[in-house]
Amino acid sequence: MMPDVQEFLQIDAPALLAAVLACAACALVGNFLVLRRQGMMGDAVSHAILPGIVGGFLVAGTRETLPMMLGALAAAALAGLLIEVVRRLGRLESGAAMGVVFTVMFAAGVVMIEQASAAGVDLDADCVLYGQLETILWLAPKGWASLANPAVWAALPREVLTLAAVFALCVALVGLFYKELKITTFDPALASTLGIPAGLFHYGVVLLVAATAIAAFEAVGSILVIAMLIAPPAAARLLTDRLAAQILLSVALGVLAALVGYGAAAFGPMLLGVSHSLNAAGMIAVASGLILALAVLFGPRHGLLGRRRAVGRLRAAPGFVAPEAQKP
Amino acid sequence: MIDPLFEEALRILTFQSGFNSAVVVAGTAALGLAGGTVGTFLLLRRRALVSDALSHATLPGIAVAFLVGAALGLPERSLPLLLAGAVASGVVGLLTVQALSRFTRLTEDSAIGAVLSVFFGLGVVLLSVIQNLELGGQAGLKTFILGQTAAMAQGEAIAIGLLAAGAALAVALLFKELRVLAFDPGFAAVQGWPVGALDLVLMGLATLVTVIGLQTVGLILVVALLIIPPAAARFWTDRLPALTLIAAVIGALSGWLGATLSALLPKLPAGAVIVLVAGGFFLLSFLFAPARGLVAAALRQGRLRLTFAERRALTDLLDGRPVQGAAALWLRLRGYVRDDVRKGGALTPAGQAAARAAARDRRLWERFLADYPALLPAHANWGVDPIDSVLPGDMVRLLEERSAPS
Repeated sequence: MMPDVQEFLQIDAPALLAAVLACAACALVGNFLVLRRQGMMGDAVSHAILPGIVGGFLVAGTRETLPMMLGALAAAALAGLLIEVVRRLGRLESGAAMGVVFTVMFAAGVVMIEQASAAGVDLDADCVLYGQLETILWLAPKGWASLANPAVWAALPREVLTLAAVFALCVALVGLFYKELKITTFDPALASTLGIPAGLFHYGVVLLVAATAIAAFEAVGSILVIAMLIAPPAAARLLTDRLAAQILLSVALGVLAALVGYGAAAFGPMLLGVSHSLNAAGMIAVASGLILALAVLFGPRHGLLGRRRAVGRLRAAPGFVAPEAQKP
Repeated sequence: MIDPLFEEALRILTFQSGFNSAVVVAGTAALGLAGGTVGTFLLLRRRALVSDALSHATLPGIAVAFLVGAALGLPERSLPLLLAGAVASGVVGLLTVQALSRFTRLTEDSAIGAVLSVFFGLGVVLLSVIQNLELGGQAGLKTFILGQTAAMAQGEAIAIGLLAAGAALAVALLFKELRVLAFDPGFAAVQGWPVGALDLVLMGLATLVTVIGLQTVGLILVVALLIIPPAAARFWTDRLPALTLIAAVIGALSGWLGATLSALLPKLPAGAVIVLVAGGFFLLSFLFAPARGLVAAALRQGRLRLTFAERRALTDLLDGRPVQGAAALWLRLRGYVRDDVRKGGALTPAGQAAARAAARDRRLWERFLADYPALLPAHANWGVDPIDSVLPGDMVRLLEERSAPS
């Protein structure tokens, strides 16, 4: 049983588009987190924005996106600042500083949600964790033919447009500052002597990650954001040694994870004859994990099997004397 | 007249408000105590965030255990089975983190982030499977994510308390071994300690605390019990036994106060409140702890600056250079200077003595820094501390000979 075209275009296409854009944007900026050893920053930021979202919601009193996003951005900036303060002034290691700040902020968000729901406001921590991929609808298209009509494209859901804008922003910023990002990532000391403000770029990367995470969490949830910030860049890192190749590859792997994961969640159960669908965001995270596992095992030079093969080649080379045979 | 709310709070705090809530509060306090003690060594071993991966990785295990229980035809969710599942998948997650950071070029932070999100994603998928199967008793599964003390039965609370006490006891018994592991694993290995096994024990204890904390605090926030109390205790002391003890006390107090507050007021989820109370303790320690707190550090630095400025002003006066402004006022307050500085001989006899001592200190310190820069003691504030109290007497005599004007 195949879903008909209109249903696909109205329900699956916008969700798929949102997932692909979110994954691509997260994977793109995630490269710099992975290379700067700040993988947990994405985790910390995406937990710490909860009180900001709830605060924005309570202040504005509506489910409008803008106040929530502004609140989230403020909370992310506050979290970044607090982590630095605790790390520097408190002389704690950065992992512990992050752990203290993001758990307290997340707890504050949970309490705010409970208090708000006591006042008759319906808000749920679940939607922040898992996202609402399934509720993104695009009612305009009626069939393949209607896609030629520009008015149909103009009626794309707001989430998709937001994510497209954020992805474009990420591409533009990374393209514009590629050289600076590269040098501050790999050799901040050299960057500073060349007059490139490494500290500024550190905060820039954190802020870009926060903006991407905030744009993406509404559609795909914070768990998928963390997975996409880390898993595709980590997999790409195992496949190549060149930064440009790694970035392109990570975006491609992120898109692949989105397609595979969404397909498995939406159509997998259907193939088994079950009518319900599974949680798409979770499935995409699982798909990205599988891609990472494949890269770990079969990466040509840095994968476990590839490394073993390289050692084997070395041993087979003429003139090789095994260490165990080198007894005096 | 005493506020009824206050009275109720007092009753819960002193365990007089019904057996059930007393048991829950005591169990939560024991959980906090165990988190503080085990977390101290995780913090020193720089493993604080590994427990975050561990706690998120428990979700798929819980879901699988629930499915297994349903397949076996168990009537309701059985907590031991669910927690066994949590332990199993938590350990798998932990081993994955270690394998990724050890055998591949990925760093530990990336490994933690990847494991945390992928395992949690898998758990979410399995939860949606369970939802579709429309099995009974599944409503309780979501409480593992954000935690809920209200759902805790008496027996569960007692079991949590006993297990937590056991974890704290294990730390007490292995104190010496864990201490050497935390500070110098290389030395421990050379001394013949089984470092790998000890690391395993430590992570096992962290797993235990995480899993028994799942129900109360929830798997997202349980990591806070392991991180915040030791991080707060770190501001109070530099000594490990005291650090462990203070972390245990802060953890227990957070659990106790948090569970009480959440039982007392409506709509305060226990897990979040416990974390917020712990966060409050952290803030207090961060600001006001005497050993490493911000206020204490600022006071120490201020005192240092003041002493330095005073000594410079005194030597300036001795050399005949005028001193004005705040420094002059300070010297007058200290009684080192007569009220009228403009007239000759402005220094009082006490001021004369202090100025001469300051000048001598400066002269000897300069000589010392020029001749023996490598010997400077790390703890000394050179130029401010009296040189006789920092350097040994024969060194001071040598410096005096060398710096005597010829």
